Order: sequence, then C-alpha cells, then structure tokens
Amino acid sequence: MRQFWIFVRKELWHILRDRQTLFVLIGMPVAQILIFGFALSNEVKNSKIAIVDHARDNASGELINRLESSKYFEITDFLNSDHEIEKAFKKGSVRLAVVIAPHFEESLKHENKSSIQLIADGTDPNVGTTLVSYASAIIGDYQNELLQNTKLPYTIKPEIRMIYNEQLKASYNYVPGVMAMVLLLVCSLMTSVAIVREKELGMMEVLLVSPLNPFFVVISKTVPYLIISIINVVSILLLSYFVLEVPIKGSLMLLFAESILFIVTSLSLGLFISSNAKTQTAAMFGTLIGLFMPTLLFSGFMFPIDNMPVPMQVISNIIPSKWFFIIVKSVMIKGLGFASIWKETLILLAFTSFMIFVSVKKFNKRLEIA
Amino acid sequence: MNPDNIIKVEKLTKRFGEFVAVDQISMDVGRGQIFGFLGANGAGKTTAIKMLSGLLQPTAGKAMVNGFDVYTEPEKIKRNIGYMSQRFSLYDDLTVVENMKFYGGIYGLNNKELKIKTEEIIQLLHIGDFKDKLVRSLPLGWKQKLAFSISILHNPPLVFLDEPTGGVDPITRREFWELITQSANGGMTVFVTTHYMDEAEYCDIVSIMVDGRIEAMGSTRELKTKYKAEDMESVFVTLARKSKRANQE
Amino acid sequence: MRNIITIVRKEFAQFFRDKANIRMLLVMPVIQLLILPLAADYEVKNIKLALIDHDHSPGVNQMIQKITSSGYIHLVAYESDYKDALRLFEQDKADIMIEVPPQFEENLIRNNEASISVSVNAVNGARASIGGQYLQKILQDYNMDIRLKWIQFPRFNPIPLVQVESAYWFNPHMNYKQFMVPGILVILLTMVGANMSALNFVKEKELGTIEQINVSPIQKHEFIIGKLIPFWIMGQVVLSIGLLIAYLVYGVVPVGNIGLIYLFSSFYLLVVLAFGLLISTFVQTQQQTMLVSFFFMMIFILLSGLYTMIDSMPAWAQMITKLDPIAYFVRVNRMVIMKGSGLSDILPDIGIMICMASALISWAVWNYHKRS
Repeated sequence: MRQFWIFVRKELWHILRDRQTLFVLIGMPVAQILIFGFALSNEVKNSKIAIVDHARDNASGELINRLESSKYFEITDFLNSDHEIEKAFKKGSVRLAVVIAPHFEESLKHENKSSIQLIADGTDPNVGTTLVSYASAIIGDYQNELLQNTKLPYTIKPEIRMIYNEQLKASYNYVPGVMAMVLLLVCSLMTSVAIVREKELGMMEVLLVSPLNPFFVVISKTVPYLIISIINVVSILLLSYFVLEVPIKGSLMLLFAESILFIVTSLSLGLFISSNAKTQTAAMFGTLIGLFMPTLLFSGFMFPIDNMPVPMQVISNIIPSKWFFIIVKSVMIKGLGFASIWKETLILLAFTSFMIFVSVKKFNKRLEIA
Repeated sequence: MNPDNIIKVEKLTKRFGEFVAVDQISMDVGRGQIFGFLGANGAGKTTAIKMLSGLLQPTAGKAMVNGFDVYTEPEKIKRNIGYMSQRFSLYDDLTVVENMKFYGGIYGLNNKELKIKTEEIIQLLHIGDFKDKLVRSLPLGWKQKLAFSISILHNPPLVFLDEPTGGVDPITRREFWELITQSANGGMTVFVTTHYMDEAEYCDIVSIMVDGRIEAMGSTRELKTKYKAEDMESVFVTLARKSKRANQE
Repeated sequence: MRNIITIVRKEFAQFFRDKANIRMLLVMPVIQLLILPLAADYEVKNIKLALIDHDHSPGVNQMIQKITSSGYIHLVAYESDYKDALRLFEQDKADIMIEVPPQFEENLIRNNEASISVSVNAVNGARASIGGQYLQKILQDYNMDIRLKWIQFPRFNPIPLVQVESAYWFNPHMNYKQFMVPGILVILLTMVGANMSALNFVKEKELGTIEQINVSPIQKHEFIIGKLIPFWIMGQVVLSIGLLIAYLVYGVVPVGNIGLIYLFSSFYLLVVLAFGLLISTFVQTQQQTMLVSFFFMMIFILLSGLYTMIDSMPAWAQMITKLDPIAYFVRVNRMVIMKGSGLSDILPDIGIMICMASALISWAVWNYHKRS
C-alpha cells in the first residue's frame, strides 16, 4: 500500500508541475458554468424589430408604444415597404417586422376589424416562432383593452405553472450537462493520454518491473484525476448554487456519491481507451470522437434526444453520460431520492464493471506477451 | 588573432538572469580544422554553439563566424553554416529523397545542384535501395549519417555538430567519424561537441569547458603532456573534478 | 518565394503521407454534417401530454382533440390524480399535464368562464416556454372556435378585432436543418484551421526539427507563410466538400452568391490559422495544444450564436462575441446561404476579419521567437 501511494505521489508531482494543463483542467468547468449559466439562454429579449406603419394614426401609435415598452423588443427601424424589410433582414439588422395596415384605427372603429401582419426572419425557426407569439400576445392585450372590460363570453382560462424551474432558467438544464461533460473529459481524456504517454516514452516497462502489482501502477495514474474531478464537482456545485442560484433540491450526499460513481465510470473509460491506443494522438482522437462527441450529442442536454431519428435514440442508451445527466437532473433539480434513480445507477455500475473487466483482461494479456 | 580563422571569439558571455551559462570564453578556430568542444553536461557547450550559430544573442563579448558578426549578421551566418543537433532532426514521415529536396530547397540549391548532391550522398552512404523509404524505417546509425550529410548539403565552410553520435554503436561511430574527417579534408571546418573521449582523438584541437569557462585548449598530445595523463579520459576527469556545478548536484 | 514553395511542398508531402490525415479531411465533414444537423433539431415537437380529467364531459374530449391535432403535442397518459401525473414528470415521461377540474363544461356555460390548470416540466426552460406558448395558442384558437359555434353571429361580431397574420421569410417550412447546416460548416472549417495548424507547429517543436529550421537561412515569415498556405487550401477544400454535402443531403443551395462564401472564408481562414499559430507559440506538447485549443474552441463555439441567440446574451457576453471570429462567420454564412445577402451586407464583417487576421498574425509572429 505504501508503494501505491509513492506512485500516486509521483503522478501528483507530474500534474502539479504542468501548470498550463492544471489551469485548463480546473478553469474549464468554471468557464463552462459561467458561460452556460449566464450567456446561453434561449430567452428572447431586446430583439431588434422594424415597424412598417402604413396607418400613422393614434391607434397604430399606441400599439407601437406597447411594443416598444415591452422587454422583448427594441424598435430600431421604421420602414416603408416589403422591399425595405427584405433589405433589413439581409443585413441582419432586425428579426421581425410589424406591418400595420392602412387606415388601422378607422377600420377598427367602423368595421370592427383591422389587420396586422407579422413578418419574421425565419432563419432560426424557434426564435421566429417565439417573436411572433410574443408580438401576438402584446397585440392581443391591446385588443382586450379596446374591449374596455366587456368580458368575452365562454373564456377558458389556462393557469400555467412551471414545475421545477419557475423562472425558466436555462442553467437548470445546463448545470447537470456541464457536470457530465467536464467529468468525462477530465477523467477519460487525461488518464488515457497520461497512460499512453508513459507507454510511448517507454517508461511503462520501468514501472512494470517495479515490485508493485502492474494493475496498481495503472490505477495510481488515475488517482490525481480523481482528485481533480472531485475538486471540479465541488467548484461546479458551489458556482451554480451561489452564483447561478440553481438550488440543490435533493440530498447533497446522494449527488456526491453519484458523481463519484460517474468519475469512476469515466476513469474506466480512460483505462479502456489507453489499453487500446498506441500513441497519444490516437488516444486523444479516440476520446474526442468516441466519447466526447457522443456525450455532447446524446446526453440530452444540448440536443433533444426525442427529436432524433430512432437509430440515434437507440445509440444514446449506451452513452453513460446520458444516465448521469438524468441522475443529476433528478437529484439536483427535481429533488428526487435514490428510489427514483436506482435504475440509472445500476446501469452506470454495470457499465463501469464491464469496462474495468475488459481493460484488466486486455492489460494482463499485454503483460504476458511483453 | 589570425584573420583567416573562421571562428574568432573573445570573452563571449551569456547570462540567464543570475546564472552565467557561458563565462568569457575566447577561442580561434582555423579553416579546415576539426575542433572538439568537450565538457560535462551543463558546462555550457550547447549555449555556446547556439550563440555561434546565430540562434541566441550573447550577453557580452565578441564573436565572428566566417567573417560575420553574431550580433548583427545572424542571418548571414546561417547561410554559411551547417548544423546538426543532438536531437535527431530529419522528418521521419518523409522519404530520404524528400528530406534532401526540402533542406536543399531551404538552402537555395537549384534543381541541378540538388540532383548532383543527392546522387553523391546516395553513393557515399550506399543507400540507393532506401532513397524512397521513409526515414522512420532506417536504422538509427544510418539516420545519423544521413542527417550529417544533409546538414552539409549546401557545402558550408563550417558545420556545427552537437553530440552527433549519442546513442550510436561503436562501429557506426567510427564510420560517422570517417565521414567527418573526409569533409574536413575537403576544407570544411567541423565544430563538434562530444561525450566520448576516444572521439577527441580525431580532433585537431580540443577545448574542455568546465562551469562555463574554457579550462584547457590545445591538441590532444599537448593536453596529455600538460596534465601528465595517459589518455584524454584522465585529462577530462582531472579538469571536470573542479566543477562546482557538478559537485552541487 | 522559392523558400516558401519548398516548405509548402514539404507540408503537402507530409500531409498526404499519413492516410489518417486524408481520411480525417474527407470523413470529418461527412460525419459532422450527417450527424449534427440530425441531432441539432431544436424544433419543439413531440411534446408529451398527460391528462387528468375530473370532468369527463364531451367538451374536454373536443379540447384534447384540438390540442393533439396540431401534431406537436401527443397525449401519452390519462392519470387519475396530480400525484400520479407528477411521477411521469419525475421520469421525464411527460412534458405537460393538463388538469381539468370537475364541472368544467358546466362552469364554462353557466359562468361564462372556466379554468384549467396546466403544469409544464420546466427543467429545460427553453422547451418549456415554447411548449407552453404552443398550448396557449391552441387553447386560444379553441376558445375562439367555441365562441363562434355557440354564439349567434350578429351578437358576437361587434367586438373590435385585430387580425394577426404571420409569415416566416427565408425558411417558410421552418426547417431546423436549413438553419444548422451553414453554422456547422463554419465549425468544421475552424477545427481544420485552428486545431490542425497548431498541432502541426507543435509537432515540429516536439520532434526538434524546428531547431534545424531555425539555424537555416529561412526567415520567420517564410516558414510561417509556407506552413499556413497548405492549411488555407485544405480549409477551402473542406468548405467545398461541406457545401457539396449540404446540397446533396439537405438540398441546401446558397440563395446568395457562393463566391461571397469563399471570399469570406479566405479571410476567416487567415484568422483561424493565425490563432492556431498563436496557440502553438505558447505550448510545448501536442497534449497541451489539444487541451488549450479545445478550451478556446469550446468558448468560441458556445458563444458563436450557433445554438443560442447572441441578442439574448448579457452585455459582457455580447462583448466577448465581438472578439469571436466564429460568431461572424456563422452569421455571415447564414445570411448568404439562407437570405441571399450581398457583398454590401457583409462588407463590415469582412473588414473586421481583416483587422483580426492582421492583429493575430502580428502577435503570433512576434511571439514566435526565432532568437531568444
């Protein structure tokens, strides 16, 4: 056991020496959490819009005021024709044009009917839809006020409640995702590269002839990354709790235990890759293409799995980060207990044991040949 | 100072902060000589070579290489020297001929000259069968000989060799030195650092560096007489023992 | 000039020697363009609805039918109480639940008003908000339907009515792939440019061949230019392959002039390559290169507006995007490919690319010490 710690200490020295790498490893989750938490939101606000007011009367003026004063829109252009709208869209200066029909007030008063056209830049479909529905809602409010408290008959009033995330913060979804991504990257990429580097440099033989059991030599290389990962988990949780104000609704202990399980899963993946790769470059590309891309794609936090073609949905089931993402979401955001996530935990456990089993087998075979 | 000397150095010094890597060294190297530059690890050999080849700006002192000043004309120096470092420096994912074409191109050889040179080297090293093989696939000794031949592809009047024979077997080392002697006979000056004291015997002049200073310089026979030693090994050990840097470690 | 050609030739020889490089150059665009647009479908559809119906009236059935007929919302479960339905939320088996109170229809007719309670699973805020909007819109339409049906026309008409029509230009079918493909093309180009060039430089450092170059008469700028040219060309090749795949697989044909895309990418590649070069001057090993370039790439991609709108970022993040070359190209590429924007529309962006390229190249060259 003492020998094991001597190996671990050596590995720690390696990492503490390499300041650049250490900085990136510790700094990456911080940067990611801040970017995801603050900068990335799908919320639409301050969108630049253009007005084409063919009426220029009191009613249209009132409507424009309402659009202007909403937090969603910022009127930047007053235009005169469809042609000008097209030009503005092409320059990318506005995303929505509100076209008010001629004689807007007059028709509204005399014919009780008037029309407004909302023309959206449909390049980004979601933003387009959202802008149109916000503008419609503002116009709807305006119309209701025109009714002057005459109550509409037969009104269905939907009372909408947002469960788990009342303010619809994007960070509720991103924090669990970033955790999955960072832990996987740090553990599997760094361990696989570190082990393969020793192989490349021929240091492995030197270590293997030492009196310590060869498998412990390899395990000792993973310990520093285990420590860094735990630091990362803590820093992610602290940042998201205190800075992003994402609550931890469930048990902190459970969350921690599951995180450590996932760290071990990622380390086992790193071991598996290193037992197959011959060069550092191969290990890096193996991790990035074989693990990181699938995590990004299939964990469900950046790309909606439900919308994917069926074969891709099936593939997503073998991606461990998907299960971890579900676990973190359940414990942290929904506040559920172990009873709700035992299945996911079991899948991770089985996956990890399988990976360790395969790598050990492969590793032992190598030794016999060597 | 003999004006015809190819390397003229006076009190050349390089400091890195507090540390004096090269401490006021002076030397003259005549044309066509093989100049052996010996010293323990960390004595300052590589730093000295880097200054002489225009890679590193000296802190103080004077140095002229082939008539060019290391302070103001490093680019001209580069055109007039060959250089082979202790680390292997051919592209191992290119073939023998591709490497020659590349380095020849860098030093401005035209196609005709390049062709003649390529042919010459292939003949000299007997590597006709390997000319289209990747350098990676050659044995280390051959790579080393090839690297040397390529470093003097452009017929420079002076070549710097920084521990060229590290990790090579004795037979290849002898062959390597045959190549060096051959080039020197052709009028090329060879400035070589080495750890192998038997190799010092091939040199016309030998200098021994200890802690950034040149402690002794002369032909091997002169040095052996002066220090009353049987061979260069004992001369070196006598001098190197004084080292403070080595004793600190 | 001759020196530069010598280096370019050497780079190409090395590049094509390694079959893995060629495979990467060809396969990477194919895979990314085939998989990413399929995955990056942010259209909110397949919304799973759970219903808790305490009323059991024909009105409720009609309402649910109206809701599900849109095709976006599917009824997946009937539950008898809120607690059971919440369990579906916990397992992510439902996105929205509607609880209809007893006597819903009766209240509607008698009191002219009835409420239903809608709960949305909002862990994914964006999906929840759009899903909620859909549902509200559908309920409004349904409300209008019953009014028209239940009330005699003359009685209802006198209410002032503003008719709202909406139109979506440039992407009338609201196809998400049309939106993602131009953005992914940019990411591809960036990976080839920044990653591969940085790795290439560092490899020479690691192997020590750079020392051999340093003692040669080759000038700093010649070496750098000679190394960048091949990657510049390969970037354009990748772009062409990408555009071809976009056309063959997704039928994406640039509405604008395709020459503009190449014009912009010419400058863009300079920026990215210079960035790769800059990274390589700071690091020692290939492992560090990967890690550092990955770190910046991640920040640049996330802030590029590829997935989320730049307009809705906070001011400080918007400031960063001003320095993010990816953001410019993603925007320009979408403008030219989807909207057919012309040279005058993207001229300011080209200007910024030129400034960035000059600044980065100067910095990188300055940092690439030949003599220390």
